[in-house]
Amino acid sequence: MIAELGAFALMLALALSAAQAALSAAGRLRHSPALQGAGEGAALGAFIAVLLAFLALMDAFVRSDFSVANVAQNSTTTEALFYKVTGVWGSHEGSVLLWCLVLTGFGGLIVLFGDNLPRGLKALTVMTQGVLAVLFIGYTVFASSPFARLADPPAEGNPLNPILQDPTFAIHPPFLYCGYVGFSVVFSLGVAALIEGKVDAAWARWVRPWALTAWSFLTVGITLGSFWSYYTQGWGGWWFWDPVENASFMPWLAGAALLHSAIVTEKRGILVGWTVFLALVAFSLAMLGAFLVRSGVLTSVHAFAVDPTRGTLLLCILAIAAGSAFSLFAWRASKLTGGGLFAPISREGALVLNNLFLSTACATVLLGTLFPLIRQALTPNDPVSVGPPFYALTFMPLMAITLLLVPFGPMLAWKRGDLLAAAQRLWVAAALAVAGALIVLALARPAQVLSYVGLALGFWLIFGALAELVERTRLFRAPAAESLRRLGGLPRGAWGATLAHLGVGVFVLGACFESTWKLDNSQALTVGQSMTVGAYTLRLDSVTAQDGAGFSADRAAISAFRDGRPVCTLAPERRTYPLAAGQTISKKSICIRGASDLYVGLDDALPGTGDAQAWVVRAYWYPWARFIFIGPILMAFGGLISLSDRRLRFSLPQSAKARVGALKAKATP
Amino acid sequence: MKRPGRSRMRQLADAAAVLAAAMLLMGAADKPSDRLANAAQEARARALFQQFRCVVCQNESIDESEADLAQDLRRIVRGQIAHGRTDDQVRAFLVQRYGEFILLKPPLNPANAALWLAPLALVAAGGAYIWTRAKAPAAGEPDLTPEEERALRRLQR
Repeated sequence: MIAELGAFALMLALALSAAQAALSAAGRLRHSPALQGAGEGAALGAFIAVLLAFLALMDAFVRSDFSVANVAQNSTTTEALFYKVTGVWGSHEGSVLLWCLVLTGFGGLIVLFGDNLPRGLKALTVMTQGVLAVLFIGYTVFASSPFARLADPPAEGNPLNPILQDPTFAIHPPFLYCGYVGFSVVFSLGVAALIEGKVDAAWARWVRPWALTAWSFLTVGITLGSFWSYYTQGWGGWWFWDPVENASFMPWLAGAALLHSAIVTEKRGILVGWTVFLALVAFSLAMLGAFLVRSGVLTSVHAFAVDPTRGTLLLCILAIAAGSAFSLFAWRASKLTGGGLFAPISREGALVLNNLFLSTACATVLLGTLFPLIRQALTPNDPVSVGPPFYALTFMPLMAITLLLVPFGPMLAWKRGDLLAAAQRLWVAAALAVAGALIVLALARPAQVLSYVGLALGFWLIFGALAELVERTRLFRAPAAESLRRLGGLPRGAWGATLAHLGVGVFVLGACFESTWKLDNSQALTVGQSMTVGAYTLRLDSVTAQDGAGFSADRAAISAFRDGRPVCTLAPERRTYPLAAGQTISKKSICIRGASDLYVGLDDALPGTGDAQAWVVRAYWYPWARFIFIGPILMAFGGLISLSDRRLRFSLPQSAKARVGALKAKATP
Repeated sequence: MKRPGRSRMRQLADAAAVLAAAMLLMGAADKPSDRLANAAQEARARALFQQFRCVVCQNESIDESEADLAQDLRRIVRGQIAHGRTDDQVRAFLVQRYGEFILLKPPLNPANAALWLAPLALVAAGGAYIWTRAKAPAAGEPDLTPEEERALRRLQR
């Protein structure tokens, strides 16, 4: 009964979304606040209806109601409650429902927090959001209903893919979808601005908080996915340039470019068309990602919940939404003023370069992801692979140049920057960066030159970000109290940018160090035998049978020693899931050593010497791996801090008095 | 991130300490007996593994995959290296057997030209366009953006 209510709520949401689009459009055409308000009410109603549908599905999962096909296919009675709940978005249907929930949720947020938008722009934004909701909820209702019943319910269901039964992975999709779908707001704002034919600095200021929100969520989502991959995929790989990963990375890159170009549009009134274009691109790439991931047109290591038959429909939605938005852009973009000229050596010049390289990097990832498909269409008998070596030769240099330029941006003034002065402020950071790489050169095992270049780049970003703080607070030049006062007075936006840039540096350091100096070893051990990896000795103490929720496991106890002293015990498991066709999963165990990881997995049992059982133990040493995941978290945190900046707050415009003061101060030289 | 300086030094010391052990670097999924005795050859094999796709797997290199085919391919690569073949010869051998599909780095040929040249072309075209738009600001440029000026007028009214 509750499942039927869910299905009904979903249809209601579809009708409300259609009403949202129609009423908002009518409200804009007739300049009627009443119609517009009705449209906004429908938007809030649509969110509540999708929420009800979502809760109905969750209820079916929690109660293990196997008469609902989706529940029977993706959950069992024996699994932990947490995985029953997160199983809601473990399937294709459920994840599309989550997408709809987030989409209507952001629609509701525009209604609630969009009070400072001009009335017409708000109506058109809510309308566009409604059209998107109609497309995706329509798809859910007619092609991907999660509420379909089974005539003959089974006594026990199919478990969620065991590899997905993991706390990190369980919370990864909601973050990822908040990121993907968060870009729908900037998309709608872009479409609305194109229809109005007017984009100004104020528009850019409205776009920035939404772009920041989506980008921060996406950063966390990608990082969670990467971290999950790191500790479940056996060998500690955290990035494979896999189509599914690229699908999430492309909107991230476009979003990063958008964040920076919107600043230029806001402060200088230029790059207007480009900023609108990026606003459309970010969400289009997110939709493309959903299509690539869900349709299975590209082979991927992370291909879960794939359904090729529905791919065509998703492609149609993408074509309708992105196609009409870009047609609108082609038609109306010439109306937008503010292409504008700019001084090459200036903050805006640096941001334009940032956009050139970020968007080329994004296009490179797009091409690399789609090229196998293109070749398949042209020469079906001669398929081609585009793997990590391609990105190492194309994406990496582009990004290296981008990152090299990062510290200069904040040091240059708007309109007319002074490159020499910026260089003078940055030489200490540059010297420290080179010194950092040289220290590693002196201490660590010799490696390729490029590794040291990468490390120097990471240090350069970190010290460059710190140099900006030093500069802004006049540290070492003014009395300490004065510096402290200035530090407290820094706008949140500045803190956010500094932290985000610092995070990029931390990530680059971790990625370079880990990929260059990682070690591995695997050996068959009987109980009591030892092996070494790096500076550590591992002794297999015991292997015991242990049962958990929905699986049975062999759990090893392994003691790690360094210089003869015990440092930690590890407990890798080899789990067998009888309900998932006896699938076995190797559950890794990680011993955290500062920023580095000692990472151990248990493999097959082998017949050992005599009647002793031997186990293959795989051990890895991942130096500085923590930085790979801390870096992006710092970036996302930087985004959130920027979001809390008074100037960007959704519905709190600056007080009129403060504005007059600021503008007068600016007008009088 | 607590006391990064200290832990960085400790990790560096770790890295130095494992220098000798690193020479014994061993294959990912293989038994010790599969590995090449010559450390330099084994290192070459490991580097090559990362360039070949496990053609039956979803999207993994043969270095990462635990599939049977990946193990066979690793054995082939090691065998070829043990027989004194160069990296290029090993690559050519595998391409002849499995087609270009096995190469994770698509070769630069007319069919793949678009893939390799597009990033370069995009940067060049974008850079050229930006160059035409980059000018020194005119002396009499107003200090306020149009939006700010409108706001100022509105507020002063």
